Amino acid sequence: MPTVEIRDVRKRYDGGFEALKGVSLDIEEGEILALLGPNGAGKTTLISAICGITRITDGSIRVGGHDVVTEFRAARSLVGLVPQEMNLEPFQTVIAGVRFSRGLFGKRPDEALIERILRRLSLWDKRNAKVMELSGGMKRRVLIAKALAHEPRVLFLDEPTAGVDVELRRDMWDTVAELKRDGVTIILTTHYIEEAEAIADRVGVINKGEILLVEDKASLMTRMGQKELTIELTDPVDSVPPALSDYDLRLSEDGGSLTYRYDTGADRTGIGRLMGLLAEAGCQVRDVHTAQNSLEDIFVGLVARQEEETAA
Amino acid sequence: MNLPAIWAIYKFEMARFFRSILQSFVSPVISTSLYFVVFGAAIGSRIDQVEGVSYGAFIVPGLIMLSVMTQAISNASFGIYFPKFIGTIYELLSAPVNFLEIVLGFVGAAATKALFIGVVILGTAAFFVDLQIMHPVAMVIFLLLTCMSFSLLGFIIGIWARNFEQLQLVPLLVVTPLVFLGGSFYSISMLPPAWQTVAYFNPVVYLVSGFRWSFFGLADVPIAVSLLAIAGFTAICLAAVWWIFKTGWRIRT
Repeated sequence: MPTVEIRDVRKRYDGGFEALKGVSLDIEEGEILALLGPNGAGKTTLISAICGITRITDGSIRVGGHDVVTEFRAARSLVGLVPQEMNLEPFQTVIAGVRFSRGLFGKRPDEALIERILRRLSLWDKRNAKVMELSGGMKRRVLIAKALAHEPRVLFLDEPTAGVDVELRRDMWDTVAELKRDGVTIILTTHYIEEAEAIADRVGVINKGEILLVEDKASLMTRMGQKELTIELTDPVDSVPPALSDYDLRLSEDGGSLTYRYDTGADRTGIGRLMGLLAEAGCQVRDVHTAQNSLEDIFVGLVARQEEETAA
Repeated sequence: MNLPAIWAIYKFEMARFFRSILQSFVSPVISTSLYFVVFGAAIGSRIDQVEGVSYGAFIVPGLIMLSVMTQAISNASFGIYFPKFIGTIYELLSAPVNFLEIVLGFVGAAATKALFIGVVILGTAAFFVDLQIMHPVAMVIFLLLTCMSFSLLGFIIGIWARNFEQLQLVPLLVVTPLVFLGGSFYSISMLPPAWQTVAYFNPVVYLVSGFRWSFFGLADVPIAVSLLAIAGFTAICLAAVWWIFKTGWRIRT
């Protein structure tokens, strides 16, 4: 049974805007799923619907087998949420805030656990500081500490690294990896493709309230990924040799290298034949290298295709 | 029932109160003393007695009610408005708590603060006038019900308000006039007959009258009517809060 089961979820706001247009998605236990999408794609709405902040217009959501509306207590007890905005009570001390969150979720006080959480997030030394005295990065950690205070099995991180410096981002990724080792299921939204690429097991692409694709990160990249083969020639040429005309080759401006784009998933990549034809044409190859397309290219491609379909 | 959650919210709200305990304590003491100087000594010396009670003592129940009502409203409305304003309400909405638990936490804390203020005023008043409380149990019941029901009203205002101006609007435009016109500082029987009729449409009249009865055995309206009125008012507020959480009005998108 998936940890989170989302079925045909629709959300129409009072103004008529449809933020979610029939989203279905299964999130498996212990995985890290990255929801990738541009601003306004519906990422936050989807998370809010799962956590009970937004009421869905249609469809159903289950967490740990519990419906988030009719069995909201059981469902919400399993879920921790780290919101996108720095929503924190400024006058409260760090530790008081974490204790408050634990109590709110119906858990008995557990100082040892709270100490472990605060130490893990490097907040222990700041435990008696007021939230307003902390830096932005520290506040972000307080949000995470609060979300972890009730030992959730599913953790939602809504844009955890938006506006965060590089070092803190790496820190955040390490924290996420640690949580995964503890068996916590993690769903994070991001519009940094680099982030999804770095830490996710699976990637979901969402745009305009629709899930365009959910797939294993690795298979997604092989299936949809294209590679570029760059061949550096010993002697520059003026134009692509005619013998290679059935290949769509790009010649560099100095004539010193040829670039060939191919699909890694295709039956034949055509590389062997290309190399043979090059030799026949008398071109000496000095060096060869390939580059894998990034998730970003895949993502941009998907979003562009959706736009074309909408327009058609 | 998620008892730890109620306790967490209650403690959180009380912490705000304790952060400014000195203000919470000193300001009602000063304002009560001022009322006694103005109404009790300056004006009261010319009024002498109202229905057999010295004017200074007569205004004590009204004074307590005035402060308790405004404090209950402002504490409860701010308590729920502030998380909405700074965004921390997400945590309440995503927690496994139902409306009753949220209300018990917030309204319980606001009512506690109002009760504290009420007791402080009562204590301060005892320095200025000879006080007798004929029906102490009834007095406590009236005080508690008022603290609770006006905290509920404040809670509703806090959810309704979209900005700080609106937060002040209802207390300023509705509650303060109702309290001043509700017989806090005079007996309804002192009004011209036409205004007496109008006064009976003011719910605060029933509260002040009942509360004053518990002190002196004097009332503008029968005590049972007073009790019914405050019970009815509490029920209306509870129903409104229940509806708010059922529909998510102004809190859940």
